[in-house]
Amino acid sequence: MSYRLPGVVQPTDRPGPPPGPAFSLGSLWYDEAVRGVAIQILVLLGVFATVAWMIANVVANFAILDKTFGFEFLWLPANYDINQTLIEYTNRDTHLRAAAVGLINTGLVAFLGIIVATVLGFLVGIFRLSENWLVSRLAYCYVEFTRNTPVLLLILLWHGIFINTLPHPRQAMTIGGATFLTNRGFYVPKPVFESGFEWVTLALAAAIVGAILVHRHVRRVREATGRQLPGGWISAALIVGLPGLTYAAVGASLSFDVPELQGFNFEGGLYLTPELVALTWALAFYTSGFIAENVRAGILAVDKGQIEASQALGLPRRRVLRLVILPQSLRVIVPPLTSQYLDLTKNSSLAIAIGYVDLVGTLGGITLNQTGREIECMMLVMLVYLAISLGISMFMNWYNRRVRLVER
Amino acid sequence: MSLPATASPTYPPGQHPDLPPPPGSAGVVGWLRANLFSSVFNTALTFVSVWLIYEFVTAAIDWFVLEAVWEAGSRVDCRKQGDGACWAVIATRVDQFVYGFYPADQRWRPVLTFVLLFPALAPVLFDRTPYRSQLLWFSLAYPALGAWLIHGGLGLPVVDTDAYGGFLLTMILGVTGIVASLPLGILLALGRQSQLLVVRVLCVTFIEVVRGVPLITLLFIASTMLNYFLPPGTNFDLLIRVLIMVTLFAAAYLAEAVRGGLQAISRGQYEAADSLGLSYWKKTWLITLPQALKIAIPGMVNVFIGLYKDSTLVVIIGLLDPLGVARAVLADAKWNGLSNETYLFIALFFFMSCFAMSRYSLWLEGRLSVGDR
Repeated sequence: MSYRLPGVVQPTDRPGPPPGPAFSLGSLWYDEAVRGVAIQILVLLGVFATVAWMIANVVANFAILDKTFGFEFLWLPANYDINQTLIEYTNRDTHLRAAAVGLINTGLVAFLGIIVATVLGFLVGIFRLSENWLVSRLAYCYVEFTRNTPVLLLILLWHGIFINTLPHPRQAMTIGGATFLTNRGFYVPKPVFESGFEWVTLALAAAIVGAILVHRHVRRVREATGRQLPGGWISAALIVGLPGLTYAAVGASLSFDVPELQGFNFEGGLYLTPELVALTWALAFYTSGFIAENVRAGILAVDKGQIEASQALGLPRRRVLRLVILPQSLRVIVPPLTSQYLDLTKNSSLAIAIGYVDLVGTLGGITLNQTGREIECMMLVMLVYLAISLGISMFMNWYNRRVRLVER
Repeated sequence: MSLPATASPTYPPGQHPDLPPPPGSAGVVGWLRANLFSSVFNTALTFVSVWLIYEFVTAAIDWFVLEAVWEAGSRVDCRKQGDGACWAVIATRVDQFVYGFYPADQRWRPVLTFVLLFPALAPVLFDRTPYRSQLLWFSLAYPALGAWLIHGGLGLPVVDTDAYGGFLLTMILGVTGIVASLPLGILLALGRQSQLLVVRVLCVTFIEVVRGVPLITLLFIASTMLNYFLPPGTNFDLLIRVLIMVTLFAAAYLAEAVRGGLQAISRGQYEAADSLGLSYWKKTWLITLPQALKIAIPGMVNVFIGLYKDSTLVVIIGLLDPLGVARAVLADAKWNGLSNETYLFIALFFFMSCFAMSRYSLWLEGRLSVGDR
């Protein structure tokens, strides 16, 4: 190879562009932009064709079966009873109202399940990290058992335990003589609110607002001066004291209706069906294992240096936990936590296996069978669940943006 | 123990023999001290745990073994013999729990299929399997072979899908679902990352809709209304319809796991592949997908475990999986009320298989991360 001066371009080095082939349809295939558009148009056509084909099939099938499509059945009387109704409902009410009762029942189970699962999950997750070998092993067994068993099986298992293993009402197991566990359900004291109690509720609301304001002030002072005011104590005093004082001032406005055995069953009190208890508990039991793992991962994700640095600054142990570990691990814990909540809500649809009447039991079950409107009913059920999931995931995205690590 | 100050002044530097560790800081005693009795609170926790374990284990042994009844004709008969578990209910129906209503003289077929599952799985799961490259061909052929063995035809008598049940049905749903959802899930994940707007929007919609609704609603669609969407008169097997729905459901979740992997590999990998002039499929197949799948494996195994567990939901639309068999057994007047025994037996089966899968995932995660360093 002969030596050439760098940068000096020999005329022969730069051949002009080769004479391009004449335009042809085939050459378009190699143009990325054109190809992209072509693929998209083809895909879109395919999807439209499939959907049109399906709709045509539905129309043809409906014509054969002499069915119509529409939602007017929602305003017809439902003609069936529901054994657990939180809003007023009789079998004369419409299908729509029955569906609402079902949706509220779904909400109830999801709400209770989420609370129990969160408390249990955090406890087990912290036990899992315990210095005590036995405790952490026990938590490990709990987590592995809950996570590796199908949730439907757990629901059936707990339901079976509640209706086959618990005693008859006459030999009911009791907690403190006021709560009774029987194979027909659980009876717990029912709070009775008398006139004047609304003031206590108001006081509680005011105390919560006050506590939030105190918290903000404490934080502002801490960030400005580094002084830590006893905000926790003030808030606690507010939340306990204000409603307590109001309660004392108005006079006893709250009493409890305690269930009592009369004949073969209990009278009074709040009656929880075994289905509600079994479903709530089984869902919480199953989900708590997953939450425990999320909590553990979140706490372990906090950089060791962060903890050491805060100890080096002389922060007391409790404040290290509250100001350094907790905020950083929550950032890791909350996104999977919300998706666990979502899963729990969706899993509550398995209620149908033990006869707890939820949204799938009403709209997707009895209403569907009575009216024969399969497509309409399932569409509505799926839309409701979809709306819940999309709502929760929007919240999660918002939260993620808010707590995202701001890096320089 | 104090140092013998006068006896050892003569060691040259660095030659002093190792001293034993201080007593109580090593060995069993040291371990106990560090892990169980390090503080008052810790000691209290230890005693509470020991008490709990003692209570639980003795009660469990009593119920499961010591007072259990293994042979009886009915529940009443069981209760006369002992207060523990009545395993007779499982013993009399064990065939149904395993095979459903698969004809007794043909049961060698599912057994053979199950046995062949191991040589088919080994090369996929463990990369040090001997003769791996040859065995992989067998793995590839296995789904077709298994389907032929279980369903029949071509010389074997056909067994209708109504007859499948018990753990056999769980395995069919699990294996088919996993095999079929894997390619679909990968395609969906790639579609979600695509540059083409239409493809991306379609994939996102599909994934979010399927992930947003409970599996049970999809199964209801399969069992009650899928026929409306097909030309009049079409009617195909319920098991196939269920398999399609389970596959679509798992594919949506799998797509999210794979997407996590695709997003985790560095941009430089994509750019390097582009600058080499690789086409989209070559780039995906040779550069990005292998790395993404490696990262995504733990998440994917979790999806598979979920799919396997969710296969129990088919009982709600009337298939005879283990829970369906349990339901039939408990409806029998001779055995009703024995739900604890039946459900715990099924729980044991699921626990063993799911625990094995999650252990495998952990093991693999460890191995793959070693390769990264």
